Amino acid sequence: MSVLARRSKTPWSAAKKRDFWAGILFALPWILGVLAFQAYPMVASLFYSFSIYDIPKAPVFIGLKNFIDMFHDRLFVQSLWNSTYLVIVGIPIQLAYSLVCALLLNIKIKGQALWRTIYVLPVLMPEVVLAILWNWILNPNLGIVNNMLKVIGIRGPLWLASPTWSKPSIVLMQTWAVGIMIILYLAALQGVPEEYYEAAEIDGATPLQKFFLITIPMISPVTLFQLITSISWALQYFTTAYILGTASGSLGAPQGSTLFYGLYLYQVAFVYLRMGYASALAWMLFIISAAASWIVLKVSNRWTYYNVV
Amino acid sequence: MSTSTRSASRVVQAGDIYQKPLSVRLRLTGNRTLSYVAVIAVGIFFLFPWIWLLSTSLKPPEQIVQIPPKLIPNPMMWINYYYGVTSINFPRYLMNTLFLCAVTIVGRVFSCTLVGYSLANIKWAGKGVLFAVVLATMMLPGQVTLIPIFIMFSKLGWVNTFLPLTVPAFFGDAFFIFMFRQFFMGIPSELTDAARLDGANHLGIFLRIVIPLSRPVMATMLAFTFINTFNNFQGPLIYLKDRNLWTLSLGMQGYLQRYGGGSGTALGAMMAGAAMYTLPMIVVFFLAQKWFIQGIVTTGFK
Repeated sequence: MSVLARRSKTPWSAAKKRDFWAGILFALPWILGVLAFQAYPMVASLFYSFSIYDIPKAPVFIGLKNFIDMFHDRLFVQSLWNSTYLVIVGIPIQLAYSLVCALLLNIKIKGQALWRTIYVLPVLMPEVVLAILWNWILNPNLGIVNNMLKVIGIRGPLWLASPTWSKPSIVLMQTWAVGIMIILYLAALQGVPEEYYEAAEIDGATPLQKFFLITIPMISPVTLFQLITSISWALQYFTTAYILGTASGSLGAPQGSTLFYGLYLYQVAFVYLRMGYASALAWMLFIISAAASWIVLKVSNRWTYYNVV
Repeated sequence: MSTSTRSASRVVQAGDIYQKPLSVRLRLTGNRTLSYVAVIAVGIFFLFPWIWLLSTSLKPPEQIVQIPPKLIPNPMMWINYYYGVTSINFPRYLMNTLFLCAVTIVGRVFSCTLVGYSLANIKWAGKGVLFAVVLATMMLPGQVTLIPIFIMFSKLGWVNTFLPLTVPAFFGDAFFIFMFRQFFMGIPSELTDAARLDGANHLGIFLRIVIPLSRPVMATMLAFTFINTFNNFQGPLIYLKDRNLWTLSLGMQGYLQRYGGGSGTALGAMMAGAAMYTLPMIVVFFLAQKWFIQGIVTTGFK
């Protein structure tokens, strides 16, 4: 046995060496990519975040000042609140709504494939078009929504032009394009074994009981996944807010009510060119994002059910 | 596999209806009608904005700003699409956008397949660490690296060129590397082992066995990369200042900024442009629908 092992060791180590170099060579694009586009930028960003760096001037180290300044920065607090709104109001609505849609799409009815496509299609609308279209739909005077409300005797709000309604308008727009969540929930629903429902039916469970005692726990891992990915997405949210901002004349209009964190970060970096403070904001975003995910993961132990069978 | 069990249980359920008392039967059929109503009602919410986009894009200027609005344009102003093409400089922006899509796709096919192969099919020390790095970079928000990368590219003099938007693709993308790695792991090792015994080296196995087998995952990546690059806004916004280099996303946004609240004529042209901009996305989706849905389900892509 030992002789065999020793004999086979010499030829294998040559092959091992060859494999090692082949492994490095094949992975070389990514190794270089990580160094250039991940590792170096991370180190640089960390350094910038402790500096005043108003390009094109060189960075000057100032310690933790950027991070302390944040808490006296009215716009930081406002933008953080605006983004938090998307997390605590937007995400629950989108999760619930996409689950309802997935349940509807899971019913065996005629034209199911067509309905599935219709529900998911908004995902494919480019974000610029999404902003243009909803800006038009929600136009206070000419928009279709307010004109329809008028027919039933309701005077519609100013939507994106009102500080109270601008964030709900954005949540509404995002909820329309919630297709990826629907696809994931639909896949999760299809993964719940039919026998569970049949067993529950024999025990005389009502549809509501089946939904809350079988469906919800069985799809909870997907809910957790969606919650975590959408929190990080919501905190970074930028594009349509930027486009709607420029359409109405200034970023974050009206009255800073749509100045989301990602938008403020962009403004500090690429409009005011304060790269040091912007880097500090970026790291703060990372910390908040990671903390939120950690809390969700911790709490999720209580409501997430993993099928161990 | 699951289809057979599902259809079997459906047969049982269908039979059940006729054994149950009349009241239960009625409630079941009532639920059925209710389901249709609900599916259609929600469907209208999803469908209506599309219809409204097309309707506005075909309206004469005075009907666009008419109160109350009408659904069907009369006459159909197909010329809005011509205005959309000319006033938004559509062909130029479309060419730029398609160019970026093509180069990004080439770059990612090259880099992500090679790295995926290294992580799935080659045994080498450090592979585990590298894979962990791939996963870790997927967690880091793009904002953290955005600023130093911008400064790096501006020092290289690459601002106002396509280079910042294309070159990184040749160095891999964590998400797609992960996707290829997962797929390559699933290729039966008998195939690659047999080739190795026949004396094939890694490049030979990669090119002759692994790549030809990876058509599904390749299709997923093509569809995602096309859709993402075609849609990308923040990258072009930061790097492309020169109007001749603009992509469709920047062109549409620029048009909105200039004429957003403006006249019916501008709105018609803008909606026509928006509809044309969306069309390639929908075409790609229908061509690659299967791979697209599969990709989302297996990786939870966002």
